[in-house]
Amino acid sequence: MPEKPKLAIYWAASCGGCEIAVVNLHEKILDVDAAFEFMFCPCLLDTKKKDIEALPDKSIAITLFNGAIRTAENEEMARLLRKKSQLLIALGSCACEGCILGLANLHSKQEIFKAVYLDNPTIDNPAGTIPSPASEVPEGTLTIPAFYDKVKTLGQVTAVDYFIPGCPPESHQIWNVVEAVVSGAQLPPAGSVLGAGCLSVCDECERVKEDKKIARFYRNFEITPEPRKCLLEQGLLCMGIATRDGCGAPCPQANMPCTGCYGPPEGITDQGARMIAALGSILDIGDCKGKSEEEIAARVEALLDSVPDYAGTFYKYSLPGSIIGGRVKR
Amino acid sequence: MSATCLLNNTPDADIVAEFEPRIIGFLCNWCSYAGADKAGSSQTPYPPNVSIIKVMCTGRIDPQFVMKAFNEGADGVIVLACHPGDCHYKEGNLRAAQRHAMLIRVLEQMGIEGKRCRFDYVSAGEGEKYVQVITEMVATVKQLGKLSLID
Ligand code: SF4
Ligand code: SF4
Ligand code: FES
Repeated sequence: MPEKPKLAIYWAASCGGCEIAVVNLHEKILDVDAAFEFMFCPCLLDTKKKDIEALPDKSIAITLFNGAIRTAENEEMARLLRKKSQLLIALGSCACEGCILGLANLHSKQEIFKAVYLDNPTIDNPAGTIPSPASEVPEGTLTIPAFYDKVKTLGQVTAVDYFIPGCPPESHQIWNVVEAVVSGAQLPPAGSVLGAGCLSVCDECERVKEDKKIARFYRNFEITPEPRKCLLEQGLLCMGIATRDGCGAPCPQANMPCTGCYGPPEGITDQGARMIAALGSILDIGDCKGKSEEEIAARVEALLDSVPDYAGTFYKYSLPGSIIGGRVKR
Repeated sequence: MSATCLLNNTPDADIVAEFEPRIIGFLCNWCSYAGADKAGSSQTPYPPNVSIIKVMCTGRIDPQFVMKAFNEGADGVIVLACHPGDCHYKEGNLRAAQRHAMLIRVLEQMGIEGKRCRFDYVSAGEGEKYVQVITEMVATVKQLGKLSLID
């Protein structure tokens, strides 16, 4: 029997949800196993880094890389797997856009260390120790991978062939990609998004859309939405309008506004800016006739005041991949 | 424009005074762009720090344009619209005002001072207001200093 092509699934800074999404292929996982030699996945298998280092370059057919780049180790593994793989595919929002942990980019590394290791009420750290790449101890120097100033996407540290968005990607979409690769189908040009659409979640959402005019925002706990009407039209901040389709819109169908996990739609770099553009078109500040410029500005501000965290809401999954990328140095 | 102002640097001048900000101005074709022309033809002097990009209406300004400007080295961005009721596309200026208000909140969270991004109304006839708004904006951004992004 000829050797099966090798498949690796690696996690960098991530939660493990992408692995769960792969396991959620259920019995199809057997088809994956039939088509590939599944040989590296720290979450499930015992292969070591040195085994990967020992492989000839490009000997892994596909690496599905999930997780963002938070530490020097994440970057080292990304580069190693790039070298050893024919196809390096960013699996999931963390690798594609930085995802939830990318929200850390709204804070400096010092602020994060302070919150986690010094001010955290459940931590006992009288010596005020914070992680450092090298620490001197009587036995010698201990080293750990450096914690970067900001979270990066996979594409920001190495060349990526394809991107599969989602937090996590829907299992059937992972399957679609695996199936396409296995069948030898012609893949789109490198850099393309796979396992998703080119429109927005609204295009897949079955809720009834009418003229959009939002007179005020509601947070999720404030109202019970009507079952069939578009959530955004009801004042809930549904990100579907600024999010790539492909998931099948499970969240709005379950009465939860889309939070944007499939990232920006085709052709858009900045999901938050997209959401601002969209909301600007549909917020209803009422009749402005005869109102002074100051009154108009005050009414806009009053309308906006009900949402406490715009960056966190609009960039929940995409801050490191956005245009500005996070908090700027000052 | 900005090349000449670099010549004004004197070694012992105060740092804040030395700094010449780069500001991108998105100006509506129908109002503020003509207002800028008016200021020019009446030969009123004003600081040369604003590089103007003409748009057909401020409603056309994608917030991505503003973010891209900051990301590519602008220290400030100014958006000048037709006065309420005067927009040629009815309410593009109000759409822009709404986007601006949201954008400011996001920029502030990203550590970019809201004052670096100004929205105002200038009509075709308001050459003087144009000069005043630009002069104020340049002074504000000078005081804030250079905008430096992460790495
Ligand atoms: S805004 Fe949300 S609820 Fe409305 S159509 Fe789009 S995805 Fe569906
Ligand atoms: S509806 Fe939105 S949040 Fe839900 S899975 Fe789809 S993209 Fe993700
Ligand atoms: S035409 Fe001037 S702002 Fe719309």
